[in-house]
Amino acid sequence: MTAKKELQVRAIKNGTVIDHIPADLLFKVINILELDKCPTSVTIGNNYKSDMLGKKGIIKIAEKFFEAEEINKIALIAPKVKFNIIKDYQVVEKSVVEAPNKVEGIVKCMNPKCITNVEEIYTKFKVVNSSPITLKCHYCEKITDHKNIHIK
Amino acid sequence: MDNRSLVSIDDYTKEEILEVLARAAEFEKNPNSNILEGKVISSLFFEPSTRTRLSFETAISRMGGRIVGFSDSSSSSTSKGETLNDTIKMVSNYSDLIVMRHPIEGSARWASEVSDVPVINAGDGANQHPTQTMLDLYSIQKTQGTLENLNIFMVGDLKYGRTVHSLLMALSHFNPTFHFIAPKELEIPRAYKIFMDENNITYYEHTEFDSIINDADILYMTRVQRERFADPLEYEKVKNVYILKNNMLKDTKDNLRILHPLPRVNEIAVDVDTNPKAYYFEQALNGVYARQAIIAKALNL
Repeated sequence: MTAKKELQVRAIKNGTVIDHIPADLLFKVINILELDKCPTSVTIGNNYKSDMLGKKGIIKIAEKFFEAEEINKIALIAPKVKFNIIKDYQVVEKSVVEAPNKVEGIVKCMNPKCITNVEEIYTKFKVVNSSPITLKCHYCEKITDHKNIHIK
Repeated sequence: MDNRSLVSIDDYTKEEILEVLARAAEFEKNPNSNILEGKVISSLFFEPSTRTRLSFETAISRMGGRIVGFSDSSSSSTSKGETLNDTIKMVSNYSDLIVMRHPIEGSARWASEVSDVPVINAGDGANQHPTQTMLDLYSIQKTQGTLENLNIFMVGDLKYGRTVHSLLMALSHFNPTFHFIAPKELEIPRAYKIFMDENNITYYEHTEFDSIINDADILYMTRVQRERFADPLEYEKVKNVYILKNNMLKDTKDNLRILHPLPRVNEIAVDVDTNPKAYYFEQALNGVYARQAIIAKALNL
C-alpha cells in the first residue's frame, strides 16, 4: 500500500504527511493550517481512491512539524484526519486529531445577531463538548453545535 | 481587556457579588456624595431604554459625576456607518467609564476588549444585563435578609427571559430551590437544567400557577409575550393562565415578595399593587443603589 501511495505523491525526507482528508474538505484544511504562508515545499493531492472515504486528499509539507494546537483545529471539520511525522523518509510518529479546548479565528458564530457577524472581529470560542464538538462564543455566549460549524 | 468591566454576571465571583451588595446598602443610606467629582462617564445607548438609562444617569448624578453620550443611535455617528470598534476607541479617550446598551449580542464583551476604560454592560441584545441581576439580588437580600437557602419561584417566559437566566446563574452560589412555572412552549432551556444538575441545585417545573406558590419566598414574574408563539391559538390558551391576582396571595408566606423586571403588561393584576408583598416598584428604585455600587467598583472608588 505504501509503495502505491509513493507512486501517486512523491515521498518527503523530513516533514509532515496529512492523510485521510475527505476530498471536499482538502482546501479548508489548507486554509486552516495557513499553508499559503508556508515557505517550504508543499505537495497537495486530491481525489485519490480511498477505501475508507471514497475520495481523499493528501498534503505533504517538507520540514514542517505542527504544534498540537494547530493539528487539533482540523478536528473541527474532519475528526479522522491522520498526521504522520516523517524523519529521514520514515514515519516516526502518527497521530489522529483531537478536539481542541478553544477555537480562535477560524469558525463563524452561528448566531446572526452576534457582534462577530456584524463587525470585523477575530472569533473566539470555548469548546464546551468534544464529541460531538460544541462551541460557545466568547462574545455572544451562544452555542454553535457541530452541524453548524462553518470555517471562515 | 480591562478586568474591571462588568459584561456578564459570571464576571463577578460570589465574594464580589456580596461586596457590591454591601456597598449598595451603603449607597442606600447615603445616596448623595461627590465620589465621582471630576469624572466623566459616557452613557452610550445604541437603542433606547429609558428606564435603564435614567437609573444609570441618576446613579451617576447622585455621586457627582458628569455624563456625556446619547440616548439612541440615530444621534450618534453609528448612523453614518461608524463601527462600534471606532466609537468605543474614541469615547474611551474622552471618559473614565463607559455604560453601554447595544442591540447586538456580544457587543459589550467586544467593547470591553477595545476600550482602555472599564465598560458596564447595560444590556447587549438578548444576551446579558448584569446590572438588572444585581438589583434583583439586592432586592432579594434586602427583603429576605439573606440570599441563602431561599425558595425562588419564577413565572412566565422562562425560555427567552434573559433576566431569569442571569438571576438563576447568580443565585446558584447561594443554595436556592427553584420552582419554574411556565407553559411548555416557554419552559426553562435545557442548557440551564444541565447547569443546575451539574451544580446539585434542586428545581421543580410546573405548568399550573396555583397554590404551590404558598411555599415561595420570592415570586419572580415575567411577561408572556405574544410574539414568542408560533401559533396564536397557543398564546390565547396560556395568556391568562400566568396572571397573578391578589386573592392568590392570601395563604402565601409573610416574607414573600413579588418581583418583576418591568415593564409589566397584564401579568400582575393592578389589585396586587397595594398588597404589602408587592415589591416591583421598590425593586426599580434599588437599581439606582446597585448601579452606584457597580460604578464605584469599576472605578476602584
